[in-house]
Amino acid sequence: MMSDKIIPTIPPELEPFFAAAKEGRLEVQRCVSCGTLRFPARSLCATCLSTQSEWTPVSGRGEVYSFFWMHQVYHPAFAAEVPYAVVVVQLEEGPRLTTNILDCAKDELRVGLPVEVTFEERGPDVRLPQFRPRRA
Amino acid sequence: MQPTKTAIAGLGITDQGKVYGKSAVGFAVEAIRLALEDAGLETQDLDGVLVNPGLSWGLSGSMGSFAVQQAMGITDLTLSASVSLGGASAGAMIMQAALAIEAGMASTVACVFADAPLKQPQPTSASRKKSSGTASAYAHAGGLEAAYGVFGVNGRYALVAQRHMHEFGTTQDQLGAIAVSERAFAQGNPAAQFCGKPLTMDDYHASRWVTEPFHLLDCCLVSNGGVAVIVTSAERAKDLRRLPVHVRGMAQAHPGGDPLETLSSGAVQAGKAALDMADVGLDDIQFCELYDCYTFTVLVTLEDYGFCKKGEGGAFVESGRIGPGGDLPTNTGGGQLSSFYMWGMTPISEAVIQIRGDGGERQVRKHELGLVSGNGGILSTHSTLIVSTSAS
Repeated sequence: MMSDKIIPTIPPELEPFFAAAKEGRLEVQRCVSCGTLRFPARSLCATCLSTQSEWTPVSGRGEVYSFFWMHQVYHPAFAAEVPYAVVVVQLEEGPRLTTNILDCAKDELRVGLPVEVTFEERGPDVRLPQFRPRRA
Repeated sequence: MQPTKTAIAGLGITDQGKVYGKSAVGFAVEAIRLALEDAGLETQDLDGVLVNPGLSWGLSGSMGSFAVQQAMGITDLTLSASVSLGGASAGAMIMQAALAIEAGMASTVACVFADAPLKQPQPTSASRKKSSGTASAYAHAGGLEAAYGVFGVNGRYALVAQRHMHEFGTTQDQLGAIAVSERAFAQGNPAAQFCGKPLTMDDYHASRWVTEPFHLLDCCLVSNGGVAVIVTSAERAKDLRRLPVHVRGMAQAHPGGDPLETLSSGAVQAGKAALDMADVGLDDIQFCELYDCYTFTVLVTLEDYGFCKKGEGGAFVESGRIGPGGDLPTNTGGGQLSSFYMWGMTPISEAVIQIRGDGGERQVRKHELGLVSGNGGILSTHSTLIVSTSAS
């Protein structure tokens, strides 16, 4: 699905994240020293302060930890989207991601809803990790 | 810890809200001038200037206190700083002033917040061409958050509120109860932007969604203006024009971690520490002025201080105890939801008014001891003050 929504400018620290997404994988950072998984990307580990990290694939499964419905148009690229849901997904592996939920009716969205990763085309070169309800 | 030997001796509040024609520095200077006049002091009596620059200060905010010093022609300051802890800054400035005064580094310190984010509407704006840009014209924007359509702070607090609703069954009506209660107080405050505009629960529910579960009326106002206080020694304050507002207790707490997990603020730690310093208990507190960037912030802060258990804030605010006539009147001037948004200076200014007994129609009956909170970031920074008519 192509979208008129924002095509993210990819900062150097997120290049591995988007490279993996392009190939259909969700990856987060892992501290090489203590093994703690983290996201968003940071240059050092908040647990052991090590600067050594790598990117590692995760299951892409999790549940909705919290959410809100954005009704206000803050940016013209989202004018046609409101109201849209912003969700915090708790991944099975630990880190929490702030993303959107796609293919989810308003009354279906709740805290605890099982979700899985999906990928949204943003322009010709970018696939953005997104989430959708995990259905049996 | 002992109560501080300092007091607030002057208060200056400029016109608030949709008032134009001054820069942020201009509002700061006006607020300090009014506060000095209130205290019966002159500009050259000041030896300390502390500034919490609002968002519109831009680069000048990083040396905001110097900008104010130059604008007022003050010479020979011995204390000067910009304080940037968001909504906790105002309380933190008073703490810094009190510490400096007790250490002998300064004697008379102006603490000011000012901002001018609102621009005067232009008469030609209706005829201005609507943006012809398509979505794709804006399509490249920085950051992952923008890619997900996450803009502003409203949503960040809404996430915490939603989680609180999930864990504790907090309801929309309970958030609304705070908006309605504060608006009722604002009807007695002629300086409030919403004075003369009462609010019912139906009005609250009818107000548009911003970041659901937040309605527009869950969110604070946006205001131009400035508020300043003058802090000096309690000894000196006795000889000045106004009743001293003693700074009995003060504490900061910046908990770190993720508020989505804790569902709480630094009020947990700072409340206890400030009460200890003031040598009073929570039961002694007669009124509260709580930082209310959102309705939800008030609910969480009440829980964190221990006025009720974690998770019971909803029932507490619904009981009517925090409203006019309640036994814990809270945000008695209308707060930032209904009076004006001067960050942490809104609650502090109202506490000064109440302690002095200057509240007019909204004056609370018991006003010897009040608790004031400041909160910044997403429940990230926190300051607590305990203020009193008496020094100990």
